[in-house]
Amino acid sequence: MYQYTEFDQQFVKLRAQQFRDQLDRWQRGELTDEQLLPLRLQNGWYIQRYAPMARIAVPYGEISSRQLRMLAHIARDYDKPTPELLAHAQATQNELQAAQPGLTLAAEPLKYGYGHFTTRTNVQFNWIPITKAADVMDLLASVGMHGIQTSGNTIRNITCEAYEGIAEDEIVDTRPFAEIARQWSTLHPEFAFLPRKFKIAFNGSAEDRAATGWYDIGVQALKNAAGEVGFTVKVGGGMGRTPVIGSVVREFLPWDQLLNYIEAVIRVYNGYGRRDNKWKARIKILVKAEGQKFIDAVEAEYKAIVEQDGAPHTITQAELDRVRAFFVVPELKPANLPSGVKTDGALYQRWLQQNVSGHRLPGMRAVTLSFKRVGFAPGDADADTIDALAQLADQFSAGEARLTHKQNLLLPWVFESDLPALYEAARKLGLAQPNIGLLTDMIACPGGDFCSLANARSLPIAAALTERYQDLDEVFDLGPIDLHMSGCINSCGHHHSGHIGILGVDKDGKEWYQITLGGADGTHLSGPALAGKVVGPSFSASEVPDVIEAVLTTFRELRKPGEFFIDALRRIGHDPFKAAANGARHPKEAQEEALSE
Amino acid sequence: MTTMKIIAASALPTSAETEKVLQIANDAELAEIAASGALQGVERVELNFPKFTDGRAFSQAVLLRRRYGFTGDIRATGDVLIDQLVQMARSGFTSAVLAEGQNPEAAERQFARYRAFYQGDALEPRPHFAREAA
Repeated sequence: MYQYTEFDQQFVKLRAQQFRDQLDRWQRGELTDEQLLPLRLQNGWYIQRYAPMARIAVPYGEISSRQLRMLAHIARDYDKPTPELLAHAQATQNELQAAQPGLTLAAEPLKYGYGHFTTRTNVQFNWIPITKAADVMDLLASVGMHGIQTSGNTIRNITCEAYEGIAEDEIVDTRPFAEIARQWSTLHPEFAFLPRKFKIAFNGSAEDRAATGWYDIGVQALKNAAGEVGFTVKVGGGMGRTPVIGSVVREFLPWDQLLNYIEAVIRVYNGYGRRDNKWKARIKILVKAEGQKFIDAVEAEYKAIVEQDGAPHTITQAELDRVRAFFVVPELKPANLPSGVKTDGALYQRWLQQNVSGHRLPGMRAVTLSFKRVGFAPGDADADTIDALAQLADQFSAGEARLTHKQNLLLPWVFESDLPALYEAARKLGLAQPNIGLLTDMIACPGGDFCSLANARSLPIAAALTERYQDLDEVFDLGPIDLHMSGCINSCGHHHSGHIGILGVDKDGKEWYQITLGGADGTHLSGPALAGKVVGPSFSASEVPDVIEAVLTTFRELRKPGEFFIDALRRIGHDPFKAAANGARHPKEAQEEALSE
Repeated sequence: MTTMKIIAASALPTSAETEKVLQIANDAELAEIAASGALQGVERVELNFPKFTDGRAFSQAVLLRRRYGFTGDIRATGDVLIDQLVQMARSGFTSAVLAEGQNPEAAERQFARYRAFYQGDALEPRPHFAREAA
């Protein structure tokens, strides 16, 4: 993986210093809250319901054991509310819970001491006091980490699909390009105050596992007939209130033109993107409104960059070679640890089937540790678990791990012979549920437990569904299903792209949930990127698990042998599923009775 | 360290200046302005920040310098705060009129922080990797 040069290292240190200076000036009253806001956002600091949230970038998901240990340290020693704050927060959440319509779902008490893995390969902490923010940034900088541009109207943390460099269907390893783009976008002077946030994703394999259709810029690597490397560039995808799939603006962009072309796209957006309405400010709205005119403007700007400006950001072969050298196969050694696992046992076999993937190197495997488990929010890891992850990475995966889009952690360099011992270790940590890609491998944002944008809590829904679907036979029988949920229309939980999507909405200060069906992220399983369709009026929290169950029961009744949920839905159409969903509404009387109790 | 002229809000000369100044709106088409010859003889272009979070003028300054060869003063006006001065200088601004209440001394400190940046800019067109290789 990429190793920071002295320049990189110094850069993040200075960035941490700069942030400390800004916080100091804010505390002295020299910066207003409003003036600090974009500065802290550009360093990944939000102010949430009860405390600041720090969003730490893990560029293209790659993380070392050393960095994991630092995250564990921060979770343990800094992700802590004062007793007063926690008591206040819990009391407020209890009030929220008591105000819900109908029979509501149980809500876990608020937790602290956790890192949370996000769909965009960031790690979030929910309880670090702002007075400790500068110290935390210094600690992160010491291991080459930061929160630069993880928020704000900037070019955000750049993601790649999780299997770059190890995928069996790899075309080009895009990590070096993502790293070059990361450096280029970091503190870009021209593009720090865009109309809205801007997200870029790379995919280097035949299958799109990076949801590139859903990104402001989605970059798909390919090789032309002559074997030359280039990119298909999609622009204008995005979720939010108006889901849009990106349009292809370039079928084949030569690799060395990547930065020049992105510069052209973002410059056109910076000039013409709407700034009068937050909900219409993403590039998707500009692309949708202008269509071919937008593409023409980008091409004209790109041409001017090349012909008039001298294309200063053309990537040189030397630079590509320099960066690529960091992404060679690391030194691989089997752990050769003893294991008492019965390798012919059903559970182990299921784990092999769901959580272990093929590898482009013979004898090697990629293993996904599941962070979808009873008693934990999707993607949550406490300090001890993060420390244990670092150890697993060191023992079994050349010191490297990867955060995945689905909020799990992947070990990319595992010897096939080490699988039983790794399974045993993962099981002890509660990370060996064989549910990757299945219903319970659901995506969920932190929602109304923490996030001030949320309209509804997502974690009680995730918990209820996780508990309801603990029978592995049943989950295996249901087969692969993408279940995604977001606590508000900002769509951090990517509900639009779920085969089943759950969206929290607010009605009269109460939590309700919209259910969508048929969304797709762009994988082979899901088909081309597509937004799901709403099944009907929103449901109360307590209805949601029953609605999901009704939809899945209908699937089991109507499917052909071996047919997947998404395929059955497309073949049959939404109507019977919609009818089942709406039929699962709780009778009004039961809800009123529950309220009066 | 900085070659940027930082003007406190209170110090802005109010008397009529003899300089030839052109104010360019955020939504103006620079290519048309340049093609019309309107930049000829202009000593100072003023670009406005209606809010400090509105970043259109950054792109305008970059294009004036890099593409249209404007060599006169480019001045930032409007909601100009000290935490954006370095990126203004890097985008091609050579003077800035600070918004009310900004501290010019704290502004100078911002310029002393970073030795270099990754991407090329109006001051140094080559990206870091190209400078390293040279």
